[in-house]
Amino acid sequence: MAESTGNGFKVIGTRPIRPDGLDKVTGRAKFGADYAFPGMLHGKLLRSPHAHAKIKSINYQKALKLPGVKAIVTAKDLPETANREEAAGELAVNPHYLSRNILAREKVLYDGHAIAAVAATSPHIAEEAVRLIEVEYEVLPPAMTVEDAMKPGAPILLPELRNADEGDKQTNIARHIQFKLGDLEAGFKAADFIVEHEYKTAMVHQGYIEPHNAVGIWNPDGQATIYCSTQGPFEVRQFSSQVLGVPVGKIKVVPAEIGGGFGGKTVIYLEPLSVLLSQKTGHPVKLVMNRAEVLRASGPTSGSTIRVKMGATRDGKITAAQIWMAYEAGAFPGSPVGAGAMTIIAPYNVENRMIDAYDVVVNRPKIASYRAPGSSNAAFASESVIDELAEKCGMDPLEFRIKNGSREGTPQPVGPPFRRIGFIETCEAIKNSDHYKSKLVGPNRGRGVASGFWFNAGMSSSAMVNIHADGTASVVTGSVDIGGSRASMAMIAAEVLGMPMTDVRAIIADTDSIGHTNLSAGSRTTFATGTAVYDAAHDAIRQLKERAAKVWEKKPEEVDFRDGKLVAKGNGVAPMSIKELAPRFARTGGPISGRAAVTPRGVGPAFATTCVDVEVDPETGKVQILRCTVAQDAGRAIHPSYVEGQMQGGTAQGVGWALNEEYFYDANGILRNTGLLDYRMPTCLDLPMIETIIVEVPNPGHPLGIRGVGEVSIVPGPAVVANAIYRAIGVRMRETPMSPPRLLKAILNKRAAEEARPAAAH
Amino acid sequence: MSRNTLIEATLNGEQVEFLCEPRQSLLECLRDVLELTGTKEGCLTGDCGACSVLVDGKVVCSCLMLGVEAQGRNIVTVEGLADGPRLHPLQQKFLEHASLQCGICTPGFLIASKALLDGNLNPSEAEVRYALAGNLCRCTGYDKIVRAVLDAAKVMRESAGDRRAANR
Repeated sequence: MAESTGNGFKVIGTRPIRPDGLDKVTGRAKFGADYAFPGMLHGKLLRSPHAHAKIKSINYQKALKLPGVKAIVTAKDLPETANREEAAGELAVNPHYLSRNILAREKVLYDGHAIAAVAATSPHIAEEAVRLIEVEYEVLPPAMTVEDAMKPGAPILLPELRNADEGDKQTNIARHIQFKLGDLEAGFKAADFIVEHEYKTAMVHQGYIEPHNAVGIWNPDGQATIYCSTQGPFEVRQFSSQVLGVPVGKIKVVPAEIGGGFGGKTVIYLEPLSVLLSQKTGHPVKLVMNRAEVLRASGPTSGSTIRVKMGATRDGKITAAQIWMAYEAGAFPGSPVGAGAMTIIAPYNVENRMIDAYDVVVNRPKIASYRAPGSSNAAFASESVIDELAEKCGMDPLEFRIKNGSREGTPQPVGPPFRRIGFIETCEAIKNSDHYKSKLVGPNRGRGVASGFWFNAGMSSSAMVNIHADGTASVVTGSVDIGGSRASMAMIAAEVLGMPMTDVRAIIADTDSIGHTNLSAGSRTTFATGTAVYDAAHDAIRQLKERAAKVWEKKPEEVDFRDGKLVAKGNGVAPMSIKELAPRFARTGGPISGRAAVTPRGVGPAFATTCVDVEVDPETGKVQILRCTVAQDAGRAIHPSYVEGQMQGGTAQGVGWALNEEYFYDANGILRNTGLLDYRMPTCLDLPMIETIIVEVPNPGHPLGIRGVGEVSIVPGPAVVANAIYRAIGVRMRETPMSPPRLLKAILNKRAAEEARPAAAH
Repeated sequence: MSRNTLIEATLNGEQVEFLCEPRQSLLECLRDVLELTGTKEGCLTGDCGACSVLVDGKVVCSCLMLGVEAQGRNIVTVEGLADGPRLHPLQQKFLEHASLQCGICTPGFLIASKALLDGNLNPSEAEVRYALAGNLCRCTGYDKIVRAVLDAAKVMRESAGDRRAANR
């Protein structure tokens, strides 16, 4: 593992085995559902069979009488919560709606909306009890799409919902956001070509393999502990405190290993119910969703309708863009349409632009974040239009992007101009790749490119770096390891301390054992928690220097730290390693523990550019991905294998979004594909190897240049596949998924139009 | 109320006895009764492969098999892959190739890969992809998993060759 990185680092840039790897290949790692406690009960939820209905009554007396049933709770057991938006991770959360999503109160608002929770001595008994609960509904018509919900006279989901545009009128439009810059009319007047189309993306799910879970233990002294698989233990604590009306200090959240999240495990569903049921029964209570519950009732991401009008001059300069976008929020306000609006043309310098964005409630599950939330929908529309404009200008699509691409100093849609970014570099990387330079031959084959942008997040993180008596170290953080971050944290600490990575243990602490740390999301863990680790390691070094100074009877400023050794300035005292100094800690002032709590401001935006080759079967409409290369600006790759892993995983999710995945609701608003056979995610056979090019344009806002790499690779996915399909068969797909039936229909329509044309000429 | 049945089986090389309800799946018996939680639940419909175990050498979704059907069978779970303190080559290669991100699908992939390599130590990439098509991974895009399996096959071929040479 002593591979040289060639970048001046000893540890950063190498590929050591992750610290938690052994536990995860031997089955020892404990995920949320693996926890068990003496006397533990099992809970199950009753869920709505209707998309939209008033709850007239709930009667659970029969269910309570079933032997083994210990408690049943409904929304009546939860306190009323404040109706106001609070910042939380990547999205805002309103406790009023959060509580109503966890247990329906006045109404059920989607198929699968939870109504009651049962605790019993076995999961099977709890399931039987759920079937015995009687609910009387007044069924209402549902509004399933943004078009349905925005229509005058649409069924109203939330009677109290208002927006600034419509005054005191009841509405399903939770928010209208507008961004304006420059002179739109003049911009379009200057254009030689204008492309304008409407795009639709289907609601899709994050598709983590591990269902949501929680074990709640309430003690009679009022202290509660929650074990669960979450991206944000501190957010679980905050949200559970709000929903339960219990102070934050009374709740401890112990993060279990997490089986995927992609943004979907940044909110809560079961956690407060496990505590509430534990409080009622006096036993630990475990709740685990099944797959149908995950799909019906846990956060997918918004389906959307987006209209893009964009103009360019003959020589390929974009002159104006006008965009209208509406995103499904699900049953409660809070789609990522704001992020969609801020990302949709961020890769390009467009001086004249207007973006109108609408957050719309519909009778579908409340959406949660999904990897660069809002950006992939947006890029499907904008990157398809960019492709058409490039074609009209007769330019290579990468050249067109480079010509218009954002670089240092380009104004962002909101906020200050970009600092140093790597968008152009990702385009150049694809342009110069073996893949792009190779010839693609054969019928019905085509090559597409597309790019994506994501802000990345900063927020707060804490870290401790403890030096042990033998001179090894442990690095303690509050960031859940969702994709190998223990390795990155240990590597950053090892780099700073001049130790081998194997001398650093990486620990993830519960909410009582480390300072506040925001969720593992927003591509922020390596950036922000990495900053905390970097600072904590430097804090430990400061203390080490003081100790060495004591030993040498010098002033601390007369001691340097170089290559893992303490060095006295000036005279010929032999350098001292941390291992040599460690046994003297006790006599020189006690243990050494470096600490840091940070809210770093220098977030580095992320860009990715992807190239795919596809082959379309014109008889069935099936698309096979033949080759795929993704280039992404990581700023600095700490562990390149896990950076590549993020790039490959995001790309694969993008391909799934493009080709197969969708929520399929029937006319009554009932979800018809509630299993993983029908909610069709990519398998091994659907994908080729995914080639990666890590671009490193260091983030000027981070001491190591880190940007964060978790999300942006998904963004080009739907568009790049659409662009490749067009090159393969000349059909522009403007709706996802580009599944065989939909693509076949488009192919047949094109054929019919071509056959009709010569006939009309006669 | 249903009565428990006493089941005798071989589990990771050891004789075991356990009580199970007729309605309990093998997955539940492994996780809740025998406390082997390395085998994961992802869907309960046999679509994701997270609960894969070997039953008499064949890959089975343990969520689709009843516990009572385990009577007299030879079952191998992820906990039974390593040879004492020595990791199975697949486990070692999954670590070296960074083939796991969250790790929830990993036990199922290891089991399905073992079943493949037990019958074919020289699989092509296409054969690996075919053998693993019943296992879903949402983190990796499969690239590093497929590479690890191909590499493990190579290592196992080489050590099989060494053993043959030693026996000669």
